[in-house]
Amino acid sequence: MTDLALIPDGGMPWLDASGPQAHLVLSTRIRLARNLAAFPFWGRNSPEEREQVVSTIVEAARQMPGLADAAVYRLDSVSVATRQWLSERQLVSRDLAAVARTSRVRTGAALLLGRSASAMINEEDHLRLQGLRSGFALDAAYTVTDRVDGELGVRLSFAFHPEFGYLTACPTNVGTGLRASVLIHLPALVLTREITKVLQGLAQVGLTYRGLFGEGSEVLGDLFQLSNQTTLGKTEAELLDHLSRMVRQVMEYEERARSVLRRDAPAALEDRVWRASAVLRHARTLSFEETVDLLSAVRLGVGTQILPDVPLYMLNRILVLAQTAHVAQSAGVNLEDEAMPEHRAAIVRRMFEEVGRK
Amino acid sequence: MNTCQACHEREAVVRLTEVVGEDVVTVHLCGKCAAERGVESDAEVVQTPLGAFLAAMGKGGAPMAAAAASGAVCESCGATLQDFRASGRVGCARCWTTFERPLKDLLRRLHGATRHTGEGYTDASARPLTENEARDRKRDALREDLRLAVEAEQFERAAELRDQLRVLDTQ
Repeated sequence: MTDLALIPDGGMPWLDASGPQAHLVLSTRIRLARNLAAFPFWGRNSPEEREQVVSTIVEAARQMPGLADAAVYRLDSVSVATRQWLSERQLVSRDLAAVARTSRVRTGAALLLGRSASAMINEEDHLRLQGLRSGFALDAAYTVTDRVDGELGVRLSFAFHPEFGYLTACPTNVGTGLRASVLIHLPALVLTREITKVLQGLAQVGLTYRGLFGEGSEVLGDLFQLSNQTTLGKTEAELLDHLSRMVRQVMEYEERARSVLRRDAPAALEDRVWRASAVLRHARTLSFEETVDLLSAVRLGVGTQILPDVPLYMLNRILVLAQTAHVAQSAGVNLEDEAMPEHRAAIVRRMFEEVGRK
Repeated sequence: MNTCQACHEREAVVRLTEVVGEDVVTVHLCGKCAAERGVESDAEVVQTPLGAFLAAMGKGGAPMAAAAASGAVCESCGATLQDFRASGRVGCARCWTTFERPLKDLLRRLHGATRHTGEGYTDASARPLTENEARDRKRDALREDLRLAVEAEQFERAAELRDQLRVLDTQ
């Protein structure tokens, strides 16, 4: 099994709540999709060709200062528990990790993990560079990812078309190959039922959203990943700037909704926050969905000064550590263990107790 | 739920209107029975993320239909336009040129644009780095290393890197 302890900072520095606007924005992610010109794309390449894609990319990365000591994880040679663990840390996509019961991990699926950026290999595109930063930090996340892209682009031959730009397997990613996303917590907009309007507005200006966990657009814990929908016809700077301005606006709406809640329903708001906090501290069984739901209320309590002493970084960490593969690992059980809700509740309780003692 | 009027088993997803003599006849069919009659149902195409777009193109997209009819095959990976329609994924870099016209049409629908205006790229094998570029790359790399060394509190290494940067800057 891959030694997970070797992962720099556990792969979670983006959750430490140290970045700008951390009370609303958990993290910012930049993804650049690239393909090697010499190999067929997703769906038309053979296992042998995917192996060559891995070795070509890893060899190039070894010559780069930023990725020279990056760890390489072959997802096709580790257990489903490990793959799911990596996916829960947002280091690889659910697709690449093949965590769904019906899916099989593909030959050549790999993760290259450096300190400042990482890369998924043989996902839908040969290379998906990824930069993650704590808080609302589009420029910082883009800078690190762009740097790695530039260095790799010198050593590799990327598929690039003079008119269409960077070529990708799916036409939705062509051009810049850039997907910028901001993970934002919008509980007050959900509570005041303003969220639908906001999301519709975002769709009209070319932005899209999805949830943090699981498939598709299902949203848990009022956590929305807002990102650009189109990748072609605008420069990288324009795409980032547009997303940035829209996210700022959404943050304003959320703050306004919080003021409304505090003004019009202070008792209901406080009750919700304190109940959530009590359940997380004392429950003996917790499903993941319930945990995330309660975390949302507690997080809202931190942002509205009802619970000023609960550290955001701990709430962020629970989002990851309360997921199934993490619970299984820390409790030493397998993914299907029937007592998972008990193990999860114990972990959450312990984390609140540790913070309480400090 | 409408039941398919051909097999009377599955749910009807296609409404097929035909002119028979002077009469207009409408039948409701499931995807399978429709396919047997040569009618492609959107319901099957929509299974891929791009399905909705591709389905729309099948109806209104003359270029896509023309390329499909001409049976164009990518010289590099052997993919056809049908393959793309089925998977929603382009086969290789060459496919983007082989199926340029229909893809352009699709890009217009997806992105509202067909031309990349972002960062350019020149293939590594196409030209060597100029001296200045090479120096800039080295400087960037050293700065990143320096940042990491400071972060990791490796101050001796950081000093070494800082000296290297100084030398580079005086060149």
